[in-house]
Amino acid sequence: MQQRAETGKDCLPFTTSATDRTEQTVGKPRTVDREKAITGDRIFKWMTTGFAFSILIILGLMLFQMAGESWPALKQFGWQFVTGRDWDAVQGHFGALPYLYGSVVSSVLALLLATPLSIGAAIFITEIAPKRLGSLIAPLVELLAAIPSVIYGLWGVLVMAPWLQSTVEPFLIERFGFLPFFQGAPYGVSMLAAVFILMIMVVPIITSITREVLLAVPQSQKEAAIALGATRWETIMMAVLPYGRSGIMGAAILGLGRAVGETMAVTMVIGNAPQISASLLSPAYTMPSVIANEFAEAVSKLHTAALMEIGLMLLVVTLIINALARLLIWGVTKDSSGGAA
Amino acid sequence: MNNKVQLDQVNIHFGKTHAVKNVSILFPENSVTAIIGPSGCGKSTLLRSINRMHDLFPSARVEGRILVDGSDIYDKGVDPVSIRRRVGMVFQKPNPFPAMSIYDNVIAGYKLNGRMVKSEADDIVETSLKRVALWEEVKDRLKTNAMNLSGGQQQRLCIARTIAVKPEVILMDEPASALDPISTLKIEELIEELKERYTIIIVTHNMQQAARVSDYTAFLYMGELVECGETKKIFTTPEQKQTEDYITGRFG
Repeated sequence: MQQRAETGKDCLPFTTSATDRTEQTVGKPRTVDREKAITGDRIFKWMTTGFAFSILIILGLMLFQMAGESWPALKQFGWQFVTGRDWDAVQGHFGALPYLYGSVVSSVLALLLATPLSIGAAIFITEIAPKRLGSLIAPLVELLAAIPSVIYGLWGVLVMAPWLQSTVEPFLIERFGFLPFFQGAPYGVSMLAAVFILMIMVVPIITSITREVLLAVPQSQKEAAIALGATRWETIMMAVLPYGRSGIMGAAILGLGRAVGETMAVTMVIGNAPQISASLLSPAYTMPSVIANEFAEAVSKLHTAALMEIGLMLLVVTLIINALARLLIWGVTKDSSGGAA
Repeated sequence: MNNKVQLDQVNIHFGKTHAVKNVSILFPENSVTAIIGPSGCGKSTLLRSINRMHDLFPSARVEGRILVDGSDIYDKGVDPVSIRRRVGMVFQKPNPFPAMSIYDNVIAGYKLNGRMVKSEADDIVETSLKRVALWEEVKDRLKTNAMNLSGGQQQRLCIARTIAVKPEVILMDEPASALDPISTLKIEELIEELKERYTIIIVTHNMQQAARVSDYTAFLYMGELVECGETKKIFTTPEQKQTEDYITGRFG
């Protein structure tokens, strides 16, 4: 002890006070110091526990508050609020199914279109493109994620919707009009427009996260496939994508989360008609849109409560999506220890 | 004996680094040749040129001729993918595919040939695993994840995966350096058996290993071939002073 303290003094001048203390207390238990350290540990533990639980508490408070605010609607309509299709503020009928339908369908379809596109883009950036081109594209993609959604909405309603109305929708009606999804008149603003705008908005998110995931695939995995005589495509399918599959799924879920909660851009292009139609060409409505559109003009208590209950539904739907996604990831990866998380 | 692989005045550059300098070696068929030398002498670089793994790095440049069965694998019009199916490779760290079962790992490379019936795949998996002496250990859990195996088992699995493709030459880049002594011994025994069917070129920094497993040895130093010949001769009566100094442990 003495020896070590002295060498410590020699080479580390700033430990002088510590060594002095050590010399004084050689042989004696350093109770005061230890107790202080233990107390510090304990405080630290309680602090971090507190931080962690504060998140749960905030969530709980939000649920409680929203349930309280929406109580009049909950009491009056019960389950009919979720299953009902009528939304009439004047008569006092509130059924939110069209909003639920609009939110789920637009988000899920957008995700189905965006995920393969994003994975393809991420593969191009990380595996195919020359390094310089890849590192040029990657930040541009991330820049897309930073564009405010109102700008997407503006572009959507002024540029994309007219184009859909004049070109894409007539084509779909003509060629695929026998399908229930492409029937009716071309309005431009429609479920289809919402799906497209959401797709464009979530592609950058999914792409940039997938890119990170693919960059984390070790070179040894790729070399394993290449040494077996795999082509570039086979290497990606055999080694790269399976290694990153849970991370890619996580990326898609983040994209879905964004799509479900997206308000502004969707409100601008979806047409805001509370109806349930199999046709993607008809206007629809989503949960965030109806809240944004109506909260300012809600005068009756019941109307406010109904909007609040839609907010509650949106929160619950988001929680369910996240839970399902976690189950999905867990189901796919529980059998293996490897892969990027 | 036939010379399966022949290096003829091979030079390898990485950007401005001249990693391998004018190396010419013959690798006889159905034999084990060890490439030894101190760290950074270019032995792995040389090895990886024999199945065109350097193609992955744009900065790498291979000059000279590398002949497999008499034809230059770097000739224009030669498909590197087809070369790699004839010249397999086992890496330093076991690298099974983590998302696959033991069974799928073994068949992964063979599957690339295209469609096959299940009985054929079963056969390939069984023969390959038997050949690496892993069959008895894993036959009851072929469908479980490959990452549950020990390091030594994983490395033998990777060798099984390589021979399932039916290569003619197997390159091994320090295949036992990440393993414990018992697993190392198993790999060495395996190499001894594999040379009946394949031509094996093994890079190792462990001289005892080279002496135990190889028929021929090439000593590389600073990117240059110092000496090569029968292992017995290299380890008992080397011609070059440098070789003697290295194998007696005076440097390296």
